Amino acid sequence: MTSSNGSRVKAVARIDVMLKPGISDVQGQVVERSLPAMGWENVSGVRVGKHLELLVEGASLDALKEQVEQMCERFLANTVIESYTVTVEPVEA
Amino acid sequence: MKPNVAVVVFPGSNCEQDVVYALRREGADADYAWHRDESLGGADAVVLPGGFAHGDYLRTGAIARFSPVMTSVTEMADRGAPVLGICNGFQILTEAGLVPGALRRNEGLRFLCMWTDLEVVDTDTTATRACRTGQTLRIPINHYEGNFTPPPRRSGAEARPRRSGAEARPRRSGAEARIVLRYLENPNGSWNGAAGVANDAGNVVGMMPHPERASESWLGSEDGRLVLSSLVESCKLAALA
Repeated sequence: MTSSNGSRVKAVARIDVMLKPGISDVQGQVVERSLPAMGWENVSGVRVGKHLELLVEGASLDALKEQVEQMCERFLANTVIESYTVTVEPVEA
Repeated sequence: MKPNVAVVVFPGSNCEQDVVYALRREGADADYAWHRDESLGGADAVVLPGGFAHGDYLRTGAIARFSPVMTSVTEMADRGAPVLGICNGFQILTEAGLVPGALRRNEGLRFLCMWTDLEVVDTDTTATRACRTGQTLRIPINHYEGNFTPPPRRSGAEARPRRSGAEARPRRSGAEARIVLRYLENPNGSWNGAAGVANDAGNVVGMMPHPERASESWLGSEDGRLVLSSLVESCKLAALA
């Protein structure tokens, strides 16, 4: 995978995996119920997910983002119950 | 005929010996297969036993479903051979897309190790053909992620890619979860009390309860024998067909 000028880009991919809206998040519910006990009474909608980071190298940021999204579809997320978001950001080689 | 049943051992499996013991008691020629095996030889049926395959990292069953043996398991599932996943094996089957849905953490976030009473809902599967509809089976559970969630209802062709060997194929989509066994008292928040589900054809069954742990009277119940003998009987019927 090499671009026209032969340069390659290295990027950090940051992935958030969350239970889909509508799938009850038991961890989030427990956290939400615990917060008022510590004095924070104004919190709702707590959801707990997973954050993954990985380094990838290729021809373009767009190509890398697409590749990481495929990783999510096939492996890093279970799309029956989870949704994911991916960002890629260049890093110094 | 003594059906040949392969019991797959993943790194982290821990129920394989009990399953082999219980299957042999039902007249099967049961033996172990390693998760790296490319072929299951001439196995008539395959069982994915309970445990913590590959440490359950990322998600339960998420890594195990990429083990080389899963290519053969998928082939057997596709050609209608009996495939049974117990507990962690059920989780692996959902991750592999061989039965619909997913298993997530128990409601209440408790690891559950207890006896359960199950209603046999569907006897037209390779794991329940020896049962009667409506029959109650007493079989124990032992899990943290047994909260079954059916696949979302889909209108279009959206499908999750499923890897089979080196190839990516569309995951079976649109499949309705077919409940085979249902908890009389729902212990974990499972959808409609589902304790076991099947694929459309009824040859692939995943269940959270452990039939091998209810295979001797001195264990407290022999009801699990009906599940395992169903599997053995299914092999015999397939051989006659």
